[in-house]
Amino acid sequence: MAVSSRRRVLPGFRLSLGFAWFYLGLIVLLPLSGLFLRTFTLTWAQFWETVTAPRALAAYQLTFGASFAAALVNVVFGLLVAWVLVRYRFPGRDLVEALVDLPFALPTAVAGLTLTTLFSANGWYGRYLEALGLEVAYTSVGVAVALTFIGLPFVVRTVQPVLEDIDADVEEAAATLGATPWQTFTRVLFPSILPALLSGFTLAFARALGEYGSVVFISGNMPLRTEIVPLLIITRLEQYDYAGATAIAVVMLAASFSLLLAVNLLHRWSHRRLEARPGH
Amino acid sequence: MHPSTLVLRRRTRTLSGPAVIRWALIGAALLFLAVFLLVPLVAVFTFAFQKGWAAYVAAISAPEALSAMRLTLTAAVIAVPLNLVFGLAAAWLIARFRFPGRSLLITLIDLPFSVSPVIAGLIFVLLFGRQGWLGPWLAEHDLQVIFAVPGIVLATVFVTFPFVAREVLPVMQAQGSDEEEAALTLGASGWRTFWRVTLPKVKWGVLYGVILCNARAMGEFGAVSVVSGHVRGITTTLPLHAEILYNEYDFVGAFAVASLLTLLALVTLVVKKYVEWRSVAP
Repeated sequence: MAVSSRRRVLPGFRLSLGFAWFYLGLIVLLPLSGLFLRTFTLTWAQFWETVTAPRALAAYQLTFGASFAAALVNVVFGLLVAWVLVRYRFPGRDLVEALVDLPFALPTAVAGLTLTTLFSANGWYGRYLEALGLEVAYTSVGVAVALTFIGLPFVVRTVQPVLEDIDADVEEAAATLGATPWQTFTRVLFPSILPALLSGFTLAFARALGEYGSVVFISGNMPLRTEIVPLLIITRLEQYDYAGATAIAVVMLAASFSLLLAVNLLHRWSHRRLEARPGH
Repeated sequence: MHPSTLVLRRRTRTLSGPAVIRWALIGAALLFLAVFLLVPLVAVFTFAFQKGWAAYVAAISAPEALSAMRLTLTAAVIAVPLNLVFGLAAAWLIARFRFPGRSLLITLIDLPFSVSPVIAGLIFVLLFGRQGWLGPWLAEHDLQVIFAVPGIVLATVFVTFPFVAREVLPVMQAQGSDEEEAALTLGASGWRTFWRVTLPKVKWGVLYGVILCNARAMGEFGAVSVVSGHVRGITTTLPLHAEILYNEYDFVGAFAVASLLTLLALVTLVVKKYVEWRSVAP
């Protein structure tokens, strides 16, 4: 009843409904559906051959592998940064708090250029890593480094609010019952932040899969070795192989959408857990 | 103020453990952030000013750099207002009404974020490119979208689509609609209510969305790169111009252009912090 009376009172339902769907359709849905329609110009055999060509398989392996590694690094350091920001007061904390969002705000090409220059053989970092026998620029390690940069805020910003919400009482109870700080962390805190940590991982991983600007400079772009999937799509496009580019794009979109779904499910799971907690 | 300080003290005692561990954790986090965020930030400006102030000024005032700035501004000036209007309409619709397809709409708004920028560019090439659906028709009428400014604007609008909507929506949902209902009951028109009551209540959310949208619009690389065709001085935005200079081994030029984009990012972060601070403070 309340809903129907509200609908009568507040204006603009039809206008905003019409405009929102029209604009969404025009800018997002129509162009995206064109992509899927284009794949239907290929037979199944052609599609399969394109998406499982050795060069494509090598690119998937690099993109998924480096994205996974970068997301894992971000889980460890993202949790560390979130923990330090929530629990400790130290000089420069406000600066760190603002700096964490830099990868969101910095244009990806700038990140790419800068990281490449820093990690190249005579760069600020590269010269020391070179001495240790570790090549970063123009290798798959470089790809993972760029993706780590891009993904960091996702984990920090997902875990931070959850850490802030945890009641001190729970930890105190654990401590009173004789748990060591480490036990309190692994048995009490970790299970509560696990869903957020997984969400952050998935968001960072999904972002890394499609990332182009920050990676393309540092990756070296050698077919079969350091060529990421987005670059392969561009290469196909530049050869006017529209169908080939589209087929690979569809594979990547399917992966991204599955991850989006996974994030939504994780989100629901963590909400259920929060609500199931005593006192809520 | 007092209770939270108390909670903080208590927590510090329970979990942080010995000071050694606390400082080790802080040190590790700061080291990681310095290596990945702070040093690259400093490096951009160091590289840009490597050959002094004159070389820097020459690089950013070159005709191609200026036309890249113009194109970057053009793309942002079109993309941001369009997505602002959509964001306000979508937030109003979702926050104030229940209707079939509402949760589908919420999901679809975020869709451009899960599409790779390269794929965002690709879909417009498939639509408007020479071999695209509308390619023959465009060629007949002597219109060019791909490898031209309209393509760059379209790609920018696509990648920045969700920003305003997703920042304004939660703010509008949290505000409720009692004041709007009061204004309407007192005889204000729908538009007047929106301008005078709704918009002032959600202004920080709107500003937040607009600056994030603008930062992405000006900094977008992948999507714009696919549709641009890299025609020097004509279809190059600032990030593409930086790429071209870098590939020509003009490091100082590339980083001079990059430093402008970095300043944009820093301004964005400062405004973002300010908005967060203002929206928490009463």
